Amino acid sequence: MSDQLLTSLAIFTLAILVGFEVISKVPATLHTPLMSGANSIHGIVLVGAMIIASEADNPVSYTLAFIAMVFGAMNVVGGYVVTDRMLQMFRKRPTAPKPTTDGADSAPGA
Amino acid sequence: MSQQWIYTIVYLAWLAGAACFVLGLHRMNSPATGRSGNQLSATGMVIAVVATLVWLLTREGGLSTTAIVIIVAGFLIGGGAGLYTARTVKMTAMPQLVSLFNAVGGGAAALVAIDDFIRLNSGAPVDTTIFVVLGALIGSVTFTGSLIAGGKLQGLIPGKPIYVPGGQLVTIALAVVAVLGTIALILGAYGTLTLDSTATLALLGVVVLAGLIFGVTMVLPIGGADMPVVISLLNSFTGTAAAMAGFVLGNPVLIISGALVGASGAILTKLMADAMNRSVMNIMIGGFGGGDEAAGAAAGAGGTVREIGADDVAIQLAYAQHVIIVPGYGLAVAQAQHAVRELAELLEARGVDVKYAIHPVAGRMPGHMNVLLAEANVPYPQLKEMEEINPEFDRADVALVIGANDVTNPAARRPGSPVSGMPILDVDHAKSIVVIKRSMGKGYAGIDNELYSDPKTGMLFADAKDGLAALTAAVKAL
Repeated sequence: MSDQLLTSLAIFTLAILVGFEVISKVPATLHTPLMSGANSIHGIVLVGAMIIASEADNPVSYTLAFIAMVFGAMNVVGGYVVTDRMLQMFRKRPTAPKPTTDGADSAPGA
Repeated sequence: MSQQWIYTIVYLAWLAGAACFVLGLHRMNSPATGRSGNQLSATGMVIAVVATLVWLLTREGGLSTTAIVIIVAGFLIGGGAGLYTARTVKMTAMPQLVSLFNAVGGGAAALVAIDDFIRLNSGAPVDTTIFVVLGALIGSVTFTGSLIAGGKLQGLIPGKPIYVPGGQLVTIALAVVAVLGTIALILGAYGTLTLDSTATLALLGVVVLAGLIFGVTMVLPIGGADMPVVISLLNSFTGTAAAMAGFVLGNPVLIISGALVGASGAILTKLMADAMNRSVMNIMIGGFGGGDEAAGAAAGAGGTVREIGADDVAIQLAYAQHVIIVPGYGLAVAQAQHAVRELAELLEARGVDVKYAIHPVAGRMPGHMNVLLAEANVPYPQLKEMEEINPEFDRADVALVIGANDVTNPAARRPGSPVSGMPILDVDHAKSIVVIKRSMGKGYAGIDNELYSDPKTGMLFADAKDGLAALTAAVKAL
């Protein structure tokens, strides 16, 4: 195996270990947004689609690169927007609602 | 600037992007920093994509007009579709949308690998061949598997397990074909097998096709309630496929991000399965409650249920001190999150202490219930996780169960039932229990819920939304 491949394998292994550590500390309530967030990150395959598009030189490659671009862009843009919508729900209210008042909904930003 | 300099800067930008992904995921540990974490991750994505574009434009040969058109048009079409669906989707339909995005991500990874293989035209060295075939295979499986999973959640495909006679054999046969094809391609690259370029491409086609069909036959026999675990597993697969594409292209940001997601998906999958007291293997092989019918039936038989009217429930709730609301799948399906918040605010205005008990697997995905309730502006501090709320049921005057079933079944505390060992909410410890449910239909585990025949329990048979509206009206009338 080439030096570059061995270095890549080392990076791959360390990144897996980082992934285990980062994830194992997340509380259950955030699992759905987290899954969605991780889902957007693998949209990085868009970079791969751009690279194959730049190297395409025949109709088959053009077609494959185009579909890969569409898929990758959908994964990235949609993934981040939907994750943001989920996490937006967990925002802090400007004022904590008290049991005896019901004016919390009219607070600015709510 | 020389080419070497530009590449160095681009490479550093890729690393910066990857670092943003790691830090962003880390910030998603808590609700308070979650949103900024996702934004950091998105920033990393922009950095990585822009850096790639700069590199492609400035390197020798640059980008052809066709390539620019492909990149720009593809990005606008795909990005536009993603933006539109993500903006317009209802909160309750989010899990299937995530599954759809996962499908296209897997598809993109497979296409990148396949294209690279075609370009190398059977001249690929052994190591590249391994990564190409793995990327194409894993990407194909996640593409169709995620589409089926999303289709099940959306109701396009029946959620119940679909068994085709001999289906297991077909799945195994497909796996064997894919593995044999992969081995043949590797041997071909090594030189042990002599394959011309047509035979090599045909073999790759066979492997990809086997992967595509395998994705379908793998997910079809799995029940709708297990889909979150399946989607999480497929999410992990897509990450791995992206990392394989990264090896093929020798790109660090693809390798790091893919490995990160591969690991995260694996951990998340295990956590979700643990919360349901099931093993991932068990889910993938399929079948829940199949052989254990007798044990569950024996426990539930003979109990009678007490029906209760909305007016009676309203009185109980309005004059209680502590009320715990237990939302479940039924609430999510009926989209009753706003209705429940309205009732809770009405009760709070009367001085009642209201809390929500969130089971880890309530709703359609872990955390899904929190998202739904947060959408309805239920204050985050009122949402209590299982460990935190369980001791409080002893002090609760009324436990209001809305469309939750198996996660409240006391049978889980005894051995011999399909739900045995699953962590449950101690709803039966409350002084009085009210269950809003459409019918006596069984939950996912397919067994009777002993909670319903508890003498303390009153059943309010209604759709979650209608039932809550009736309760709200009745409390207002008091």
